[in-house]
Amino acid sequence: MAAVVEEVVVTEVDAPVASDVTFRIRRFIPEFDEEPHWEDYTIALYPTDRVLTALDKIKGELDGTLSFRRSCGHGICGSDAMRINGRNRLACKTLVKDLDIKKPITVEAIKGLPLEKDMIVDMEPFFAAYRQVLPFLIPEGHDPTRERLQSAEDRARFDDTTKCILCAACTTSCPVYWTDGQYFGPAAIVAAHRFIFDSRDSGFEQRLEVLNDKEGVWRCRTTFNCTDACPRGIEVTKAIQEVKRALIFRRV
Amino acid sequence: MQTHTFDVIIVGAGGAGMRAALESSGRARTAVLTKLYPTRSHTGAAQGGMCAALANVEEDNWEWHTFDTVKGGDYLVDQDAAEIMCKEAIDAVLDLEKMGLPFNRTPEGRIDQRRFGGHTRNHGEAAVRRSCYAADRTGHMILQTLYQNCIKAEVEFFNEFYVLDLLLNEDSGEPVAAGVVAYELATGEIHIFKAKSIVFATGGYGKVWKTTSNAHTLTGDGMGIIWRKGLPLEDMEFYQFHPTGLAGLGVLLTEGARGEGGILRNATGERFMERYAPTIKDLAPRDMIARAMVQEVREGRGGGPNKDYVFLDLTHLPAEQVESKLPDITEFSRTYLGVDPITELVPVFPTAHYAMGGVPTNVETEVLRDNDHVVRGLYAAGEVACVSVHGANRLGTNSLLDINVFGRRAGIAAAEYATSVDHVELPGDPQGATIALVEQMRSATGNERVAVLRKELQETMDMNAQVYRTEVTLKQALGDVQELKSRYANVSIQDKGTRYNTDLLEAIELGFLLDLAEVTVVSALERKESRGGHAREDYPNRDDVNFMRHTMAYKSTDVSGEGYVRLDYKPVNVTRYEPMERKY
Repeated sequence: MAAVVEEVVVTEVDAPVASDVTFRIRRFIPEFDEEPHWEDYTIALYPTDRVLTALDKIKGELDGTLSFRRSCGHGICGSDAMRINGRNRLACKTLVKDLDIKKPITVEAIKGLPLEKDMIVDMEPFFAAYRQVLPFLIPEGHDPTRERLQSAEDRARFDDTTKCILCAACTTSCPVYWTDGQYFGPAAIVAAHRFIFDSRDSGFEQRLEVLNDKEGVWRCRTTFNCTDACPRGIEVTKAIQEVKRALIFRRV
Repeated sequence: MQTHTFDVIIVGAGGAGMRAALESSGRARTAVLTKLYPTRSHTGAAQGGMCAALANVEEDNWEWHTFDTVKGGDYLVDQDAAEIMCKEAIDAVLDLEKMGLPFNRTPEGRIDQRRFGGHTRNHGEAAVRRSCYAADRTGHMILQTLYQNCIKAEVEFFNEFYVLDLLLNEDSGEPVAAGVVAYELATGEIHIFKAKSIVFATGGYGKVWKTTSNAHTLTGDGMGIIWRKGLPLEDMEFYQFHPTGLAGLGVLLTEGARGEGGILRNATGERFMERYAPTIKDLAPRDMIARAMVQEVREGRGGGPNKDYVFLDLTHLPAEQVESKLPDITEFSRTYLGVDPITELVPVFPTAHYAMGGVPTNVETEVLRDNDHVVRGLYAAGEVACVSVHGANRLGTNSLLDINVFGRRAGIAAAEYATSVDHVELPGDPQGATIALVEQMRSATGNERVAVLRKELQETMDMNAQVYRTEVTLKQALGDVQELKSRYANVSIQDKGTRYNTDLLEAIELGFLLDLAEVTVVSALERKESRGGHAREDYPNRDDVNFMRHTMAYKSTDVSGEGYVRLDYKPVNVTRYEPMERKY
């Protein structure tokens, strides 16, 4: 009865070994610090531990004042975007084994949003930009009794941009966003893409007005930082290019 | 301190809270308070789908869905509530589609449906395609779609506001909702929100256990607040352990993987579910599969260096099917275990997942204060609530359904009540208890640390109150929890500041976890039978004569002033289906 598994690889896991890892964290507590400063913390970690695990351990065992946001712990809620070794990543999706632990691992808040405390930034400007692009379905006519029909191909057209978790890793890796307080940044354009390329949506003209603004999509200089930063693997720059093309040709 | 006045306050911005807000905000002045940002809520982690008998791909109807829900819940389900949920499921899915949710589609362009555990054709004949889905991120798409529609409807949110107390007053000798007290994370300021109706949609408490699919933030605050008010919690012994957590980590791998054809195997390669559930095998309900997995490991057929897990096998499925229908779990497995599901078996083991129990409500989502009476103006929906549509074991996908059906009902009921009454007076010193709680914690000088106590709590609960329980293990857990509660009195924190003091809030959250762990264990000790998610090795059979009833737990004080958990019981509402032996 028992089926025998043939030609299937079972990864044998060796007993893991913990080693000391040093984190160099950019600390800022507005009630005490005039300026941010770096502090080192050394803790024992397994190679499969996440950076988030490290931060939790530092907070729990060494310094309870260390402050950061986190929730799901596995890359789906978007709370813990931060700069790890100079690159925007989610702390819960970055494993110790993928970092060089021979030197300190630097951790700091994402850039371009007002720094509130340690790794916590004010997210309101980010969500305000998101709201600007009308990130909701704008259908035409009355709702049908049953579901609207949509072909699998039409559904696939905007699949990539539905993955966005609004973590802000893309937007806060964008050099234009850092220097220009008005540009609404890649994440908002990803949200616009998700609706512009949805066959059920009729809000193109309304969104066009927002996106075509001088602070809109045309500020993008195609540096691909956003695509590299996206923890969900969304081709952000490609999505922005598709939105630009749709604006030029006035159609999807 | 600030005081705000609204008609309706919704606490929590996950699926249930935002679905409620969409109904309520058009009818009454509404605010949503969340301790996170709405899109961080754990609804977003749900993967596999939302069941509704749309019959888009094969014959189906809501009555079959109701039967499956009742049987899946091991007959502890209140059948009138299950019937409402399964009937309203169809519109709930269609509403989401109309709001813009990008469901996967059939070749005809309709919403596609796939198989899921315990969902069957014609009362158990075979697995049925009932789950409507968006790849393996259905919860993410529900959360995003609801948030987007809240933006469209200009719903008012208070983000990172931790509700720490519920304000009740008395009217004609009855408790009535008056407001809530919240702590603003950014500033440390206390806010009073006066309201006519209050909806609790605060989710579960999975962080009581160590191995869990739950977010760090699922600390049962809503249940804990209601508990401390002396209001009951129902069926807390029934907690679901999802079979397929990534081994050692607990990260969820959807049951949809088995819906797509995935198979569970032990270390010998055997498809062991054929022995435990010969008809629907790997698509049996979660409680049965979790027990089977633990059994395989106990009998020495586990895999890995410690033989402490089994395997999820997707290797026989076409790579493109896995990549397109299950992209997220494929990535989780690669990222966290370094295992590629396309070519390798994925190590899996049960992970604490979902509270079937919670704040008792009726089908209108009104919160019960005993078996027969409600607290006027107080509502609950989603995982925090116990309607009870899930009974002793929730079927996969029925949680996303629950939040949509009962979230909607809560929003309508709360708004309609609010438009029919005036605000009640706040009780005297409304913010006093909250300020005392916060200031006591901020100024405490004890030598216990939050992280240490939390770890010990989670370890004893994993060891002693998980898939299998006995009187001995539960008594051990209870002793440990009570000792931790006394040590909690000596907890102190390092962050004494007012801005973004997460140290303080983690300490307060631990207090809720400890309370809820105690209620869970006490309820479990007294249920001397095995039913659904509650498996007692010392009482291996279901006992309908003595235990076909809901547990109602109350926070009480004995004559000497000692606090204890008092248990009472509530009958199960049986309409169509008499209890039968549960075979699959």
